[in-house]
Amino acid sequence: MRSDIQTGRLQLDRGGQIFLILLAVTTLLVPILNLAVPTDSPLHVSTFTVTLLGKYLTYALLAVAVDLVWGYLGILSLGHGAFFALGGYAMGMYLMRQIGDRGVYGNPDLPDFMVFLNWHELPWFWHGFDQFWFSALMVVLVPGVLAFVFGWLTFRSRVTGVYLSIITQALTYALMLAFFRNEMGFGGNNGLTDFKDLLGFDLQSDATRIGLFIASALALAGGYLACRYLVNSKLGRVAVAIRDAESRTRFIGYRVEQVKLWIFAFSAVLAGIAGALYVPQVGIINPGEFSPLNSIEIVVWVAIGGRATLYGAVLGALLVNYGKTYLTGVMPDAWLFALGGLFVLVTLFLPQGIAGLLRRKGAAA
Amino acid sequence: MSKSRLRVSAAALAAALSIGLSSVASAADTIKVGILHSLSGTMAISETTLKDTMLMLIDEQNKKGGLLGKKLEPVVVDPASNWPLFAEKARELLEKDKVAAVFGCWTSVSRKSVLPVFEELDGLLFYPVQYEGEESSKNVFYTGAAPNQQAIPAVDYLMNDLGVERWVLAGTDYVYPRTTNKILEAYLKAKGVKDADIMINYTPFGHSDWQSIVSDIKKFGATGKKTAVVSTINGDANVPFYKELGNQGISSEDIPVVAFSVGEEELSGIDTKPLVGHLAAWNYFMSVDTPENEAFIDTWHDFIKDDNRVTNDPMEAHYIGFNLWVKAVEKAGSTDPDKVAEAIIGLETPNLTGGKAVMLKNHHITKPVLIGEIQDDGQFAVVWETEKEVPGDAWSDYLPGSKDIVADWTPPISCGNYNTVTKKCSGQNY
Amino acid sequence: MPVRCLSRTGLRARLIAALLLIALMPGAFADPGDFQQGAALIAENRFANLEDGVALVAASGDPKARQLLLALQGSDLYLRKSDRTLVIAAKGADGYDLTDPLTGESAGTAASKRELKRIRINNRLRSQLSAAIAGLDLSHQDPAVRLSGVNEMLANLDDDGLKLLRERIQVETDTEVREAMTTAIALGDLDSADPEVRLQSLDVLQGNLHPAVRGAIRRLIETDADPEVLKSAQRVQDSIEFKLELYSLAETLFFGLSLGSVLVLAAIGLAITFGVMGVINMAHGELIMLGAYTTYLVQQLMPGHIGLALLLAIPAAFMVSGAVGILIERGVIRFLYGRPLETLLATFGISLILQQLVRTLISPQNVPVANPDWMSGSWQINSVLSLTMNRMVIIAFCLIVFSALYLVMRKTALGLQVRAVSQNRAMARAMGVRSARVDALTFGLGSGIAGVAGVALSQLTNVGPNLGQTYIIDSFMVVVFGGVGNLWGTLVAGMSLGVVNKILEPWAGAVLAKILVLVFIILFIQKRPRGLFPQKGRAAEG
Repeated sequence: MRSDIQTGRLQLDRGGQIFLILLAVTTLLVPILNLAVPTDSPLHVSTFTVTLLGKYLTYALLAVAVDLVWGYLGILSLGHGAFFALGGYAMGMYLMRQIGDRGVYGNPDLPDFMVFLNWHELPWFWHGFDQFWFSALMVVLVPGVLAFVFGWLTFRSRVTGVYLSIITQALTYALMLAFFRNEMGFGGNNGLTDFKDLLGFDLQSDATRIGLFIASALALAGGYLACRYLVNSKLGRVAVAIRDAESRTRFIGYRVEQVKLWIFAFSAVLAGIAGALYVPQVGIINPGEFSPLNSIEIVVWVAIGGRATLYGAVLGALLVNYGKTYLTGVMPDAWLFALGGLFVLVTLFLPQGIAGLLRRKGAAA
Repeated sequence: MSKSRLRVSAAALAAALSIGLSSVASAADTIKVGILHSLSGTMAISETTLKDTMLMLIDEQNKKGGLLGKKLEPVVVDPASNWPLFAEKARELLEKDKVAAVFGCWTSVSRKSVLPVFEELDGLLFYPVQYEGEESSKNVFYTGAAPNQQAIPAVDYLMNDLGVERWVLAGTDYVYPRTTNKILEAYLKAKGVKDADIMINYTPFGHSDWQSIVSDIKKFGATGKKTAVVSTINGDANVPFYKELGNQGISSEDIPVVAFSVGEEELSGIDTKPLVGHLAAWNYFMSVDTPENEAFIDTWHDFIKDDNRVTNDPMEAHYIGFNLWVKAVEKAGSTDPDKVAEAIIGLETPNLTGGKAVMLKNHHITKPVLIGEIQDDGQFAVVWETEKEVPGDAWSDYLPGSKDIVADWTPPISCGNYNTVTKKCSGQNY
Repeated sequence: MPVRCLSRTGLRARLIAALLLIALMPGAFADPGDFQQGAALIAENRFANLEDGVALVAASGDPKARQLLLALQGSDLYLRKSDRTLVIAAKGADGYDLTDPLTGESAGTAASKRELKRIRINNRLRSQLSAAIAGLDLSHQDPAVRLSGVNEMLANLDDDGLKLLRERIQVETDTEVREAMTTAIALGDLDSADPEVRLQSLDVLQGNLHPAVRGAIRRLIETDADPEVLKSAQRVQDSIEFKLELYSLAETLFFGLSLGSVLVLAAIGLAITFGVMGVINMAHGELIMLGAYTTYLVQQLMPGHIGLALLLAIPAAFMVSGAVGILIERGVIRFLYGRPLETLLATFGISLILQQLVRTLISPQNVPVANPDWMSGSWQINSVLSLTMNRMVIIAFCLIVFSALYLVMRKTALGLQVRAVSQNRAMARAMGVRSARVDALTFGLGSGIAGVAGVALSQLTNVGPNLGQTYIIDSFMVVVFGGVGNLWGTLVAGMSLGVVNKILEPWAGAVLAKILVLVFIILFIQKRPRGLFPQKGRAAEG
């Protein structure tokens, strides 16, 4: 295992560097091509594409968060969608409050869906979300604290392997059912929509979209670098040791639970940030994001890109989601065959994912 | 070695960018019509039929020579029952494919999800499903029923003709049942029904174990007063619900169930023997005996190549919506959304039940309300209908928040939610 | 519509009065012309005239009236299009055998239903028909029919009906029917002006759970002025309430067990593929779905034999899902042993493919699967407790499947080899077990069982492409809660989760109950990180 990690690291840094360079180039190029190049030019990038890319980037950050716990810590979380959605809801609540009296009922205090359901005052947990700083704090805190509490309970009782995976799934499933309830005060199945502006910027303007795109790119780069730093640090080494031999690591004297707990919570925070950036770009957050199948899909992105490489996760997220966008338009009746087939083939023939393939090719050249 | 990797990555980037670039190649010799219905995921059950209906209508129109001398070209995409994907696909249809109009959506949340996109890019959406009202967008035409075109007439029928005194309002927990039940509750109370005689129950989507709830309904109905269930249970969950009703021995004579989301399509998935006599309120039934309907059913059977396929209410809504759009385009002489939206108001087209559908100023249409009893062949026998078409009301008069609001998309108001008391127009995104 | 209402009450009064006459002096005053006239009105096939027609026929006293009304009620009454006469149609050897309701003699046959036009009825007519038939039933020769007639009248008792009952009880010979009549009359006597009569009636009604009785007693407590009667009524109601509580508890338990058996059935195949083999089989739900679709196809192949088709579907579904399972194992999973988490990805892909395959090949819509008669209706224990047949069959079926699987795993050579391979593959191979074959067969077994579960689920819920997705999460919860690799665990876990869910449901609502169950599972796993029945020994240290 040791040599694997070492050679791996060398390679990873290469892959990571290339990824960061590409990300930087895209981040610079896309806004220029969108704003400065005239619409009829073949080089023009439409706002549709910008929003789409922005969405992919938030997915990529989510995938990095999953790769951190799965690839380096050995925790297969089938519930990361929950942290993503919670971050998204925190942002969504801020955006709802920003609507103010511009809602359809013109009520300055209550979001439309509450007026609609005859609520008379704002529930306590909605207070504070009219402030951006508070919402931003909640984007980080809510998923982080939930992951911390959940992790504290489970890691302490030494729940591992599939048991852990399944109860993370139970967590996101329970949250999904809870958020579907209209009594919860989060808009039920319709979720939160009809956002108007963010920090005073109109969400429908091209400039805001570019801004969000750049913010997503920066968040991805930042998240990537933080994870890279983490896995290269001593903590990261211990994490890999836990992944490969948990009991042995514990016997050597490391506090396995602590390591797992902090990395898991950090990963949840990253997922929350991704969710917060995702919501203003797609314009809706709804309990469907908590669906266990979504969380499984995230794991699939990571597997396709290549586990324990971080940049592989990014690659997987981009590839699968681009494939989805493309195929649902081109072959609406048969795209699931293609997507399902891709999952099977990659698992069979590319156990290391695409990153593994690239690395092999790189080594051969 | 890094060179080869660079090449691969560059190719990936190029591929990503090409999504945007391909938009240049939009052909000018056809008029594109977007079809935005889920073909996979949970909603595929209901929505695939509507996709086929649209393909059929477009096909028929092309046989008649197209529109404005051009052929119509359908653009089908699959939003996969995923709400954010609906918004993305709507944007793709409008921005990349440059469609002239979009026919699509089923659930309220999918409509809410695409609404900002249509308003931002100034597209036209024809929405064919009965819904909770409380909305009127400049860019959306609601060809399904508003609550006053379905729920309230049905309750009137139960109250006056069947003498129902106790009410179970059972629904799936989402916005359509919530709103409809709020409206009905207010309406029933206005008619003097006491709190104790109303039972409200919500269940999650796809609920399949109805034992306890049906048993509760049975107990609720065992007081001697005539009881009825007003069901806003969402499509899929109905089958196990009705099965459980039948098995627990609740017949339509004891406790009739009137449903707003159960049509021919849903019934074609079950054995309807135990359901005979339960009711549904719609604006169209396949069994309605008119020449228009007969022609429509024949065309549908020819198109889908299966004589056993049924037709249903949302299909009629698409039929009406499509014909209204065609007329509006002809009248405006252009597919420009603003011109079409202006031209379409006041246009009328025959519906399939022998009347006329008129596009109103609030972007809703006039519809007859029919109440049908389920027969053992999976069809409905009409037992009651309104004398003439009922105009769709976007904002319910029975909800405190919206009774002062009206929608009127003609000058001078030109607003989807205009408060008649404060004389203000709020919540518009255009 | 006041005018309409008036005419309805008038009709009803006339009908009951006529019935009374018939009851007293059969044939005395009945006008044979009424029967013909009524039938003619029915033959016009319009809702408005049907009511009058039914009333006339019911009052005619004609012995063929009951048959005619029953046919109308059962939607077997048609108009022959060729000559517009009324016929009763019954499915015959080829086409339909027709009977003339006016003469009771055969009226030939019809090749298809196209030659006939059904007389359609609505709810109001259905109520009228059941009342009329109940009245006629009272003088039927079969005591069982008379009994059901009395029970039908009990539910909607009015003064005329009461009068009729008082007359009939004089001539009634069957004790059971007499008893039912006494109850019905006592119920009517609760409205008597004489407190003594009311008290006596209360004594008769003591412990009776019929909803009409409960309603009447409740009204009595609300309105009665006599303290004696009130006291007695209160006592009767208390005893009724106590019984109701008891029965409702039994009902909840039954609901819980039946939900539990659905969970066990859905999960038990997974207990093999996931529990024993360690494959995180996300396509498990789709294997269930394939079983349900097999049921549909078998029923399509043999129309008219719903019950037999269902029985045949069990082995068929086992073969189909089992074969698909073996295909998946040989084609994909065998390359992934030792990489359990990756089986999740591959099988997730397979599940997407299978779903879309069904959408493409069969239909994106739900397909109809018919219930045989022995799975419809319920076993009425008393008027508050009835156990639905389909649920009872499912519980029994679940136990049978479980026992069969348990025997296979414990008592057969295959079961032994499966357990050997799952515990220590290398050692098992060294002992001569062909592990590849065992893997394929085990996976096939688990998948086949999933298919069998699909047959059962097809009787309860929608059969459509999404069927599998609804059950996959629950299945994993059950297996994990019970303890991976333990069949008993799956059984106990499924049943207890079902019961807990149903106990919570009445006071928490369906959604909250489910959330609470999930939270309970999460917390439980903290206490017992390896489920209810943890695996012991080396295999546990995965």
